[in-house]
Amino acid sequence: MKDKVYVTIDGNEAAAYVAYRVNEVIAIYPITPSSNMGEWADEWASKGIKNIWGSIPTVCEMQSEGGAAGAVHGSLQAGALTTTFTASQGLLLKIPNMFKIAGELTSTVFNISARTLATHALSIFGDHSDVMAARTTGFAFLAADSVQQVMDFEIIAQASTLESRLPFVHFFDGFRTSHEEMKIELLSEDVMRQMMNAELIEAHRNRALSPDHPVLRGTAQNPDVFFQNRETMNKFYTDCPDIVQKHMDKFAQLTGRQYQLFEYHGAPDADKVIILMASGCEPAHETIDYLLKQGEKVGVLKIRLYRPFDMKRFIAAIPKSVKKIAVLDRTKEPGATGEPVYLDVINAYYEAVSNGWSGITEIPKIVGGRYGLSSKEFTPSMIISVFDNLKLDKPKHNFTVGINDDVYHSSLDYDTELSIESDKVVRAMFYGLGSDGTVGANKNSIKIIGENTDNYAQGYYVYDSKKAGALTVSHLRFGPDKIRSTYLINKANFIACHQTVFLEKYDMLKNIGEGGTFLINSPWSVEEVWNNIPKTTQERIIKKKVKLFTIDAQKVAEASGMGRRLNTVMQVCFFAISGVLPREEAIKAIKDSIVKSYSRKGDEIVNMNLQAVDNSLENLFEVPVPNTVSATFDLSLPVPADSPEFVRNVIGEIIAGRGDELPVSAFPQDGTWPTATAQYERRNIAFEIPVWDEEICIQCGKCFMVCPHATIRAKVYDPALLGNAPGTFKSVEARDKEYAGMKYTLQVAPEDCTGCGVCIEVCPVKNKSNTSLKAINLVPQIPLRESEAKNWEFFLSLPEVDRSNIKLSNIRQQQLQRPLFEFSGACSGCGETPYIKLLTQLFGDHTVIANATGCSSIYGANLPTTPYTKNAEGRGPAWSNSLFEDNAEFGLGYRLAIDKQKDIARQLVNELKSQIGNELAEEILNSPQKDESDIFNQRKRVEKLVEIVSKIGSPESKRLLSVKDYLVKKTVWIVGGDGWAYDIGYGGLDHVIASGKNVNILVLDTEVYSNTGGQASKASPLSAVAKFAMKGKPTNKKDLGMMAMAYGNVYVASVAMGAKDEHTLKAFLEAEAYDGPSIIIAYSHCIAHGIDMTAPLKQQKLAVDSGQWLLYRYNPVLAAQGGNPMSLDSKAPKLPVADYLNTENRFKMLKVSHPEIAKEYFKQTQTFVEDRYKFYDYLANRRFNPEVQEEETK
Amino acid sequence: MDLTTTYLGLNLKSPLVVSASPLSEDLNNIRKMEDAGASAVVLYSLFEEQIIGEQKELDFHTTAGTHSFAEALTYFPEPGEYRAGPEKYLEHIRKAKEAVKIPIIASLNGSKPGSWTKFAKDFQQAGADAIELNIYNIPTDSNQSGEEIENSYVDILKEVKAAVTIPVAVKLSPYFTNMVNMAKKLDDAGANSLVLFNRFYQPDVDLEELVIRPQVQLSHSPNSKLPMRWIAILKGRIKADLAATSGIHTGYDAIKMLMIGANVTMFCSALLQNGIYYLTDIEKEIVEWMNEHEYKSVKQMIGSMSQKNIPDPSAFERAQYMKAIVKYKF
Repeated sequence: MKDKVYVTIDGNEAAAYVAYRVNEVIAIYPITPSSNMGEWADEWASKGIKNIWGSIPTVCEMQSEGGAAGAVHGSLQAGALTTTFTASQGLLLKIPNMFKIAGELTSTVFNISARTLATHALSIFGDHSDVMAARTTGFAFLAADSVQQVMDFEIIAQASTLESRLPFVHFFDGFRTSHEEMKIELLSEDVMRQMMNAELIEAHRNRALSPDHPVLRGTAQNPDVFFQNRETMNKFYTDCPDIVQKHMDKFAQLTGRQYQLFEYHGAPDADKVIILMASGCEPAHETIDYLLKQGEKVGVLKIRLYRPFDMKRFIAAIPKSVKKIAVLDRTKEPGATGEPVYLDVINAYYEAVSNGWSGITEIPKIVGGRYGLSSKEFTPSMIISVFDNLKLDKPKHNFTVGINDDVYHSSLDYDTELSIESDKVVRAMFYGLGSDGTVGANKNSIKIIGENTDNYAQGYYVYDSKKAGALTVSHLRFGPDKIRSTYLINKANFIACHQTVFLEKYDMLKNIGEGGTFLINSPWSVEEVWNNIPKTTQERIIKKKVKLFTIDAQKVAEASGMGRRLNTVMQVCFFAISGVLPREEAIKAIKDSIVKSYSRKGDEIVNMNLQAVDNSLENLFEVPVPNTVSATFDLSLPVPADSPEFVRNVIGEIIAGRGDELPVSAFPQDGTWPTATAQYERRNIAFEIPVWDEEICIQCGKCFMVCPHATIRAKVYDPALLGNAPGTFKSVEARDKEYAGMKYTLQVAPEDCTGCGVCIEVCPVKNKSNTSLKAINLVPQIPLRESEAKNWEFFLSLPEVDRSNIKLSNIRQQQLQRPLFEFSGACSGCGETPYIKLLTQLFGDHTVIANATGCSSIYGANLPTTPYTKNAEGRGPAWSNSLFEDNAEFGLGYRLAIDKQKDIARQLVNELKSQIGNELAEEILNSPQKDESDIFNQRKRVEKLVEIVSKIGSPESKRLLSVKDYLVKKTVWIVGGDGWAYDIGYGGLDHVIASGKNVNILVLDTEVYSNTGGQASKASPLSAVAKFAMKGKPTNKKDLGMMAMAYGNVYVASVAMGAKDEHTLKAFLEAEAYDGPSIIIAYSHCIAHGIDMTAPLKQQKLAVDSGQWLLYRYNPVLAAQGGNPMSLDSKAPKLPVADYLNTENRFKMLKVSHPEIAKEYFKQTQTFVEDRYKFYDYLANRRFNPEVQEEETK
Repeated sequence: MDLTTTYLGLNLKSPLVVSASPLSEDLNNIRKMEDAGASAVVLYSLFEEQIIGEQKELDFHTTAGTHSFAEALTYFPEPGEYRAGPEKYLEHIRKAKEAVKIPIIASLNGSKPGSWTKFAKDFQQAGADAIELNIYNIPTDSNQSGEEIENSYVDILKEVKAAVTIPVAVKLSPYFTNMVNMAKKLDDAGANSLVLFNRFYQPDVDLEELVIRPQVQLSHSPNSKLPMRWIAILKGRIKADLAATSGIHTGYDAIKMLMIGANVTMFCSALLQNGIYYLTDIEKEIVEWMNEHEYKSVKQMIGSMSQKNIPDPSAFERAQYMKAIVKYKF
């Protein structure tokens, strides 16, 4: 049909597109992978896009998903058409309201990009564990298979909820569908209008609470009536399936796309059928077609409406001929008799046969299995293995598919090499770096193909778990037929390597198909390329008859003014050699697309991209492929060969991209993971690394204090130890008088450094002969890699400085403490990690960390490696993450447990005093443990205690041994971002600081939800542009510190390391020393601020100098001594706040998008910072507790 | 007393024009300038580097770190409409035009031909009465010849002239081997006026921080001697109007410039130092001098002492020390 409009969009946009147009109020909160739906809604509302009735929906960000559900509930009760978007833990937080909304028979649609619930570990990826956890709420559940269905089902759900009065969960698979880009037919507003019945909307409004016709809901009922009342709504559930089918039929009339509640595809006389729902249905459909051609009698039943489960339609949809059924659940319900869908199927057949309403007399053989947890691949080969299982006389039940279960032997074997994809489908894979623009270019390519040809197009992107130097792999398919392959490409026609370094790291051509094309971005000439390709890859090229191309994309990009963004260059090469489109046509389409996409950003951006297009073709060359392998090297090992066994066998395999191949037995059963593993992954992602100029260095310690990845460190040591030093190892006399006669070395970990350059920024020394040089300078990494790696190894072998003699208030000495947090996956130049590193340096060997979900939990614990590490004695931070919303409570739990066990231990020491010996017992019981040496001595005493108590052998002595560690001080640090502390976790945080317990809270305040991609939080300052605040945050930043201070007994500090590092250090020491709750609010610059991440510390300084960020400490100890607890540690603003705002894109953007608003907000910010400073100044300088002070003066 | 003059085809009520400066960033100042007797205002400059820099910066920061990490595919929302480039400046032109009756001359500042020149058209559409094109670069490429540099100036002018129908003035530096030849080239390329001369930020060394900091030094009356020489020489040799700028601090400075050939005199440092209303003092001085010396109109004065109109044209060609030597010989 010519009037059809096709778009290439992802599942989230498809859902939001319709939901936005048929709702009036939208309550949102970010959570992966659903955040984009809320972002779209907010963006459209900001741009004034109207719903189908001509009104701009009200979009409201809440403090949590629970809050969003409450707001939705209220809005529905007050009569507005209301929707929300969420996933995973967010859905869990909505459950209480969902029961209420369903119980009150209220029409709404909740859009869910289904995601794994956190169990033994968190996972952001997709499965049905979240929607299954919500299945008892009384909502109807509608599952979409594909991006097209997401768009279509959204309107069907909206229409059905109004008529059935049951609220709907409309779900689709997180990432696989929510983030898959697909060419689909756009639903017109006209169709939406025809689907949305005006009378039903009016009925919805008439049910609203209104003082004009008052009613009351939410009664409390007693045993006499609750039960009966609960049974009144059954009719709505029995009627609902018919209503949904009616709307599906109507939708079919309007669009030509017919859906069924249960949709069967396969042989009409099938004997074997599989049953499943959501995206897995697509490859199942594809596989059935393949098997039918092989003469198999098989079929797939796709469940669309999962609740209310219409058993009759279900049974009717499956051929009567079926003998064996496999039910596939994308969730795990441990301890149940089966997973949810399996149980529903079993019950449906039981009902059908036992009640005789289906004409079936015998229940087929039904087995259940699990697949696809946390977006595990689900491929045709796996589906075939499920049918193979059904062929057995005794098919395996409770099976798993897609993994190797070598422990419980539940898994089905499958052929990893099989591909059933048609030759007509172009399959292309692109290996890129996050920063080189590869994904952006590919998204653009599929739009070009989608919009310029009749081809269908699909794009799916696999991202790294690291934020710095992140690998991205794009999977693109194009073809004349509908693409149902919702799995990664395993036989590619085209593979591109956008970064030369990947060649030695990854088995680039593992997935290349026969006669495929391999494009390498390399600095080498055509003649040099072959010999720089590792052996394995050369073998594959020759064996698979691969055509090889090369381009020096970096050179072309730089010449075109694009810097390190290779996107346009590599995109042109792809089109030029893949033949997806005729070359000239493709180039024109790319150019048109550049003009369309970038014109908004200015001609200069357009021109440099156009320039890159023209420059690319003349630099693209085919490389002749020799007949023999000539490489003298092969792929590098993921971890050193002498790494610990677990690191080698498990972590190393994950690093190498072979995690899918690890069997069940490889893993700990309860999610426990070793710390100190990041040291084994040598990422080599820095183009340049810092090199020390020992002659001019003043040994101030600032460079390693600010290093986000702990890759630059110093030691002082006995000169005698230099005997075995490598030839290029540098050392000088230690300048600190207290280390007189000792040597000093500043060393960089060359293979772990990200090359961010923050150390260079902070270095205060300038070379007197050349002021462009400092005491550390960036130089290319590759020439230094080998020698500096040896130096680093030698450096690590040098002893650590004696901690008990360090002056902690002196940065140059304190910074000699070994960081127990290193080489994390944080962004290059991260502003959070230096605070965490400081924490671990100071207190790491006796600290337990509770970490809120967010950036810090991701770079802190996202597999494969763990950055928290141990000291030479094997001590270091113990770390866990509970949830996003409960972190303060979680940490308080640590405190309660530690204190309790300490009490038990002390009680037992008292009880066993006579056997322990009075003196030792008293020393143990009375040790203040206020500093390093105290703690050290207490450990020695406890060792002595263990020696004595081990010999006693009484039940009490054994109990004492089990709790002896608690006699040594344990510190609790509760760490998280502003999203947690200011928003979702604030209630808990408030309760915990009110408890008076000795916990330390570190708020890494980036003033935005960084981890989920920059949504506004209550910590966002006035005027900052963020997602959910496109027109600039309209209110001032919440003053969390002031709120905490209001308790009076909470230590509160506001710090900014980049502005005043001594102050930060002091605050950490005071917080730890304070025997009560402490909270440190730490300014953390962030990539989401739109700043130069190679020189981010100046932003912190500007923030403080302009009064935008205050430095202060509120120490209740001083109040107890009669003094003023408040100390304002930053000076009165000396710069106009605009001087700061104008240096960060988050503020500047507002000037280009909404200049008038920016002008007003900037003005208000100036007033705000001045007034706030005056207020804090008053607090710091007022006469505090005058009676006491007067008394003292007398 | 007739103070009127013509400049860039505009009939001006006096030869007192305010040159490009930060003063014109504020609309109220522009109103004050009109009030103080300015006959036209050249707005502060829109810089090529600023336009391009802002575009690149915005593009960089909105794409930095994107599509790297599954949870945060981007960090900023995409506003529907950016006012990147000259939007703010164009808005300022529109508002200035609404605020005052005197002509508004928009100023575009750049160093090499490029897409930025097309903003001249936007200036015209926003209502600017004329454009002052301020061209200057510091050549550091040892392979680039003087001729190439001069040609690029001409190319920029041609690009701008092709884009607009309103008059275009070119503001120049004095650093050309043959100023007259350069002026001729620009004249041939369609320049409606030459504005002589530009003053620049000069680098200075910060001895505490060991960094280079740009310094602005305000002009003084003696600085007017350089433009004085070249305006006098150029008057009558080219078709384009001539505007004098640099070091004009008094009514007498202005009168001198008019007499050697300037159609208008431009003020910046004098107003930054003494306030906008200092213009009234200058006008008063001019009027008094004209009364005293019985001049009826400014037009009468303009060019009356240009090189062509003085008895000894070589006065403008000799350098100071030559005069001394000649004197000695006699």
